[in-house]
Amino acid sequence: MMDILNTLALLGNYLIVPGITYGCQLALGALGITLIYGILRFSNFAHGETMAFGTMTVILLTWAMQSVGISLGPLPTALLALPFGIAATVLLLLITDRYVYKFYRQQRSTPVIYLIASIGVMFLYNGLIRFVIGPDDRQFNDGTRFIMKAREFKEMTGLREGLAIKSSQGITLIVTILLVIALFWFLNRTRAGKSMRAYSDNEDLALLSGIDPDRVVMIAWILTAALATIAGTLYGLDKSFKPFTYLQILLPIFAAAIVGGLGSPVGAIAGGFVIAFSEVAVTFAYRKVFGYMGYEVDGLMQLLSTDYKFAVSFAILVIVLLVKPTGLFSGKSY
Amino acid sequence: MKTMLRVLAATTMLSTPAFAEEIKLGVILGYTGPIESLTPAMAESAELAMSEVSESGALLGGAKVTPVRGDSTCVDSAAATAAAERLITSDKVNALVGADCSGVTTAILQNVAMANGVVMISPSATSPALSDMEDDDLFFRTAPSDARQGQVLAEILKDKGVKEIAITFTNNDYGKGLAESIEQNFTKQGGKVTISAAHEDGKGDYSAEVGALAQAGGDVLVVAGYLDQGGKGIIQGSLDSGAFDTFVLPDGMIGDALPKAIGSDLDGSYGTVPGTDSEGAELFDAMAKASGISPDAFSAESYDAAALILLAMQAAGSSDSAKLKNKVFDVANAPGEEILPGELAKGLKILADGGDIDYVGATAVELVRGGESAGNYREILVKDGENTTAKFR
Repeated sequence: MMDILNTLALLGNYLIVPGITYGCQLALGALGITLIYGILRFSNFAHGETMAFGTMTVILLTWAMQSVGISLGPLPTALLALPFGIAATVLLLLITDRYVYKFYRQQRSTPVIYLIASIGVMFLYNGLIRFVIGPDDRQFNDGTRFIMKAREFKEMTGLREGLAIKSSQGITLIVTILLVIALFWFLNRTRAGKSMRAYSDNEDLALLSGIDPDRVVMIAWILTAALATIAGTLYGLDKSFKPFTYLQILLPIFAAAIVGGLGSPVGAIAGGFVIAFSEVAVTFAYRKVFGYMGYEVDGLMQLLSTDYKFAVSFAILVIVLLVKPTGLFSGKSY
Repeated sequence: MKTMLRVLAATTMLSTPAFAEEIKLGVILGYTGPIESLTPAMAESAELAMSEVSESGALLGGAKVTPVRGDSTCVDSAAATAAAERLITSDKVNALVGADCSGVTTAILQNVAMANGVVMISPSATSPALSDMEDDDLFFRTAPSDARQGQVLAEILKDKGVKEIAITFTNNDYGKGLAESIEQNFTKQGGKVTISAAHEDGKGDYSAEVGALAQAGGDVLVVAGYLDQGGKGIIQGSLDSGAFDTFVLPDGMIGDALPKAIGSDLDGSYGTVPGTDSEGAELFDAMAKASGISPDAFSAESYDAAALILLAMQAAGSSDSAKLKNKVFDVANAPGEEILPGELAKGLKILADGGDIDYVGATAVELVRGGESAGNYREILVKDGENTTAKFR
């Protein structure tokens, strides 16, 4: 019995808790990619930088709040700064749409032109962020760090394995659940949400039935800004804010969106967890797990070395594209 | 056009004065890239040695030394090669101080320095691979090879009674070389390495790496990475999940930023960074501070690199790399009068009079096989959120 509990604690500590947190972070990022893909029909390469921009404004506001003594007690001050960060990011995305993407919409450009334009936007944001806050690593989580520490868990339960849960991991999970519920309620129950889905399904039909395309596009950008800022801030709270990693994280986010099916919100969430868990679980060393099950082994019992963790997520991506090109949840494919 | 070229060629030749020659040294370091926070102080320290020599007026009949900077980027071999190419062919430098990181140093040595026969002395390239590399005797370094650092770290681990270690290293020449050296030395003295796994820098999530390392287990985790990159991510993740409490930190992980970022949890971790408690180190520190430089890791090595080149020129009686390369060992090692930082003028005079010197410099330079520093290390202990010096090895 003890062995089973020890195994569970062990897997929970190193596999399940980090997997869920990383999965939530990827899912929120992938939702932003998928929304833009659904409505504007292009892969937005500037999304990682949008996340970084949102996080940057949140950090700047957090500093401002800290300097005048505002805090949320055990929760990070950044949560209080979040709505303002979202507002700033909405403004940035709407300005970008007005001066960049609107032109290509009027030209009825092909998706690949949008994609190239978004890479240009990516570099622009990239420079803007480094200009304002610089390339350095920044910690801005000022709340309590842990819900439960590994040592406390061991003392509490008497088990040999510890289980640590960070506050940022708890916050990430709760915020993601609330946000996803709100997003699906919006898409399925409200008029604006329904018009977005209609526009995404069939643009011409939606236009014929009197849906205002400019309004749909605007709502899509606003939602994307909110998702990107929240995803970026949660990620930054859990790890730390370094502009360069926000560029790097774009790849797994895209993998998540494509695996789930571009344009499908449910797919984006599922894809996020598939990618996160495949990275952690396939490269995990199962030696101690076998030990608790009564098989003492000398080797690490590791399927693949951690060097290959990216290979794993991209192998999944390739397999999905070969077997089911529209993704697990049948998004769009061109 | 042809006549014009001829005229041009003639005038350039004429413009080289017979006396009080103008000597140019390239200072090729990563002013942008992963160690950009260290390089300004390194370059200024190298330039400090050059101005000291220029002002003395004792080098080759009063030659003036001018530094020319080039960006090695630390990671981009193509960019580093191009920068070195420019320094040598267009700025016509006599020798190079640099480069900094092991990968780009190898690229510059093989593609540019050897092709043009130019001496380079690196203050900070520490990869063991550079020891045995074919170099036409053009390459030296004032930093010790990581093969030596691995030895020192293994000794420290032995003294602390550590039996089992897990190693993670940044996936490049530096990390791999250092990890191999630590593993070799540690197993030789009877220790056990449970796992040696690479990590990539700048990635979003290190839970997979921390998971694998934790399962392999060990008394301590050796992190052969960079303090503001993946190394920090892995330490943070290990502490959060309770996988390891004590970390062993080689030179890439030593810097004030790390204990500041991690906090009190890092207390009790230990590591190594090149350094000596010699008289020269203190002298250099005071000199650098007086010139407005705040010395950081590898600053002293940079001063010594520049000083060695200039002293070797004096000993060879020529600023030509082909001649000075044979004198570097002579001026760096005994026998001879010991020369400390700030005494370059004295050294130059002794050499001019046909005497012999033993350049000690800021880092107690002693060149061994392959033209690298024998290696003195400072053992670091993290205490109360600060890097403190435990002892010298």
